[in-house]
Amino acid sequence: MTHSPLICQELPSPPGFSCPALHLDREAVQRARHLASGIADQVQLFTQLRSTVAIERTILRLFGVDGDRDGAPLVNLVVDQLLALGIQHHGIARPFCHALLKTGLMPQALAQAMVDDPTLLVAHANVDVLPAQAQSIGLQLAQAGLARIETQRLERERQISKLGQGQQPLKYVIVASGNIHEDVVQARVAARQGADVIAVIRSTGQSLLDYVPQGETSEGFGGTFATQANFRLMRKALDDVGQELGRYIRLCNYASGLCMPEIAVMGGFERLDMMLNDALYGILFRDINMQRTLCDQRISRRLSALSGLIINTGEDNYLTTADAVDAAHTVVASTLINEALARAAGLKTAQLGLGHAMEIKPDLPDALALELAQAALIRHLFPGAPLKYMPPTKHMTGNVLRGHVQDALFDLVGVMTGQGIQLLGMMTEAMHTPHIHDRYLALESAQMIFSSGRGLGGELAFAPGGMIANRAADVLSQSLVLLEEMAEEGLMVALSRGHFADIARSPQGGRGLAGVFLRSPDYWDPSEDLLTERLVALGHLPAQQATTEAA
Amino acid sequence: MSSVHQGPAQDAIAGQSIPETVENTVNLPGSASPVNQGIDLTRVQAYGDTLGDGQVMLSFSMPLPFGEEAKEAARELCRKMGLQNPQVYHAHDLGEGFTYFTVYASSPYAVDFSKIRVAQVSAARLSKSAIEGLWSQHFSRKLRIIGACTGDDAHTVGIDAILNVKGYNGEKGLEAYKCFEIKNMGAQVTNEVMLAAARDLDADAILVSQIVTQKDCHRTNLAALIDLAEAEGLRAKPLYICGGPRLSHAIALELGFDAGFGGGTLAPDVAGYVVQTLVQRQQQR
Repeated sequence: MTHSPLICQELPSPPGFSCPALHLDREAVQRARHLASGIADQVQLFTQLRSTVAIERTILRLFGVDGDRDGAPLVNLVVDQLLALGIQHHGIARPFCHALLKTGLMPQALAQAMVDDPTLLVAHANVDVLPAQAQSIGLQLAQAGLARIETQRLERERQISKLGQGQQPLKYVIVASGNIHEDVVQARVAARQGADVIAVIRSTGQSLLDYVPQGETSEGFGGTFATQANFRLMRKALDDVGQELGRYIRLCNYASGLCMPEIAVMGGFERLDMMLNDALYGILFRDINMQRTLCDQRISRRLSALSGLIINTGEDNYLTTADAVDAAHTVVASTLINEALARAAGLKTAQLGLGHAMEIKPDLPDALALELAQAALIRHLFPGAPLKYMPPTKHMTGNVLRGHVQDALFDLVGVMTGQGIQLLGMMTEAMHTPHIHDRYLALESAQMIFSSGRGLGGELAFAPGGMIANRAADVLSQSLVLLEEMAEEGLMVALSRGHFADIARSPQGGRGLAGVFLRSPDYWDPSEDLLTERLVALGHLPAQQATTEAA
Repeated sequence: MSSVHQGPAQDAIAGQSIPETVENTVNLPGSASPVNQGIDLTRVQAYGDTLGDGQVMLSFSMPLPFGEEAKEAARELCRKMGLQNPQVYHAHDLGEGFTYFTVYASSPYAVDFSKIRVAQVSAARLSKSAIEGLWSQHFSRKLRIIGACTGDDAHTVGIDAILNVKGYNGEKGLEAYKCFEIKNMGAQVTNEVMLAAARDLDADAILVSQIVTQKDCHRTNLAALIDLAEAEGLRAKPLYICGGPRLSHAIALELGFDAGFGGGTLAPDVAGYVVQTLVQRQQQR
């Protein structure tokens, strides 16, 4: 396979597009980053020793197993058998590859055969030494799966270099009709009105499903199910309209919830360009067990690193439950931790769409200055990262014209502080999922504000010692205090003490813990070393990582 | 909107009950300006800048390609709505054969305001301290309240704004009231789990928040809760209260709840209703 010199291409930033300087305390920034890395390292030590049912299903998907039996995905049915036998600690790949060798079946046919005949898996479960041929089959299948992902990465890079792409801030809008065919129409219209990124919101509740639904969906609530078939339909539609418009249109979905790594692999296969993928969001807001999510996020992020897609983290949500002024520092601390975990998994700076939001009560005196301070602080903490800036949602009132003005202020702050991805607010937020013209009105005003305001950040300066500079310094120092505390107690204890979003979760609580297990010494995932090798070759991971992991 | 359940005793505007026979002119709540002082309340039209001008603004899209024909189609649609002199102020080509319109028109219709009835929560609006005071006069125990976003709904913003200590818009949530013991069950709680918790806790009130309303899933889900409560013999004891931006007291009554709260509701609205209603129930016993 040949590799393009374009690796995780950075988003183009037009001349003059930047953020006024804040003159942050460099030592404080270094200290904060150091603490976040330490917190991430502890998590890595924990997660490297474990696997989950979602990770095992991901391995089968990478092998090419797909489809369902009476609505239940084959990968679930096979891994459930593994769990029922109590042999999950060895991983699915050992018995599966042994059975492939002995039966001569292809992976899809074998999975079907295992569902038909539950004794099949048992027959291959107790192999002390896996024959070299079975190992070689596993490595070839994993190689082929990873190659599918890398081919799509190259295709993205090819299309972007041919077509070009939108300028920062990328204009990101959601579609959420519940019907993928209707979503396609809404998405194509949005692209014509200037959208650079289309996010298909998932049906509510999908994050808590311990399987990925199959097929094209025509009914969802609050959104449309993330399925591989839906990914493919939307990808095709955006490729077509992008071709016509002469601009690559990015597709975004959610590698989150109980199927994080599976959706990451599916997104890699179908060339998604962005994924909501937060190490902590599911724990806090969906009450998913923290051991489960921390293990799953690592694998999903390694796969996403190879895909070359941009991950989006969800710190904006902290401010929907906690106060945006009092809790601003928790967003900063969490983005630093999310960044450290993402880098450990091999994501590059250009892939880090770290999330933050504008959620201060608009009636508060000097709210705009406080928002500028917060947005500029995040911008200066993560130079080069395509930060994702989220719109005001908590203070939308139903007065849609007032909401439109709030969104316009948000767009102004976004362009003035050099944000990478602007999730456009909708005037009808909190009332209904966007109508076709809600999106147009948001895109039209964002376009006007961005094109007229793009040079402002490079022209203006924050007054030294003024309200904005002081506020940013203050939030940074508060986040440092929080990180010191969290580094001492570790992430899991910290999460159980409710530091983020005013929500406390216990390491033993939440959904999905039963699907987490320790790896036995002979645990085998043939994709693991191959993936690390590719990430090293593509410059995502330092070279020594390969030897450490192999050891 | 389907029919609104109305009990005569519950009818109220601004806390006053409406008499059975209504005069043509009534005192409007709040201060009336000299212009609408003495207008005929049996014939009230939309208002732009001149009484009787019937001015309305509409904003909509049609699956029609942009052009003069599309604009005429928009005007024709407005005429079919009964509007007069529709003027397309703005039309925009959305692409893919869709056009967006902003239309101003005049509505000739008038409503008889004197006959309007709206089911509203009849409890008086009290402050936190007044609510706590009322409670201490009538109860020697804390009132137990459980709350959740039920069904698939994962949006806890509303229930948290009402229950969490921090509250919303300067009003502390119910957790901060000394008269309540609160169990906030969070998001995506099934009706079964909610009712089991209500039974275990011997709850005095159940608060259900519903934000997601696509295809009216909130109505189905709320109605199912009441059906289940009736089947399990749990309907009589706790107060059933729902809230969300697309809910109202009228819809709540229609779905079999005791009360419903829409957008803009703050903690004292809910707390005041709960305490006043439970005091009433205690006195009726």
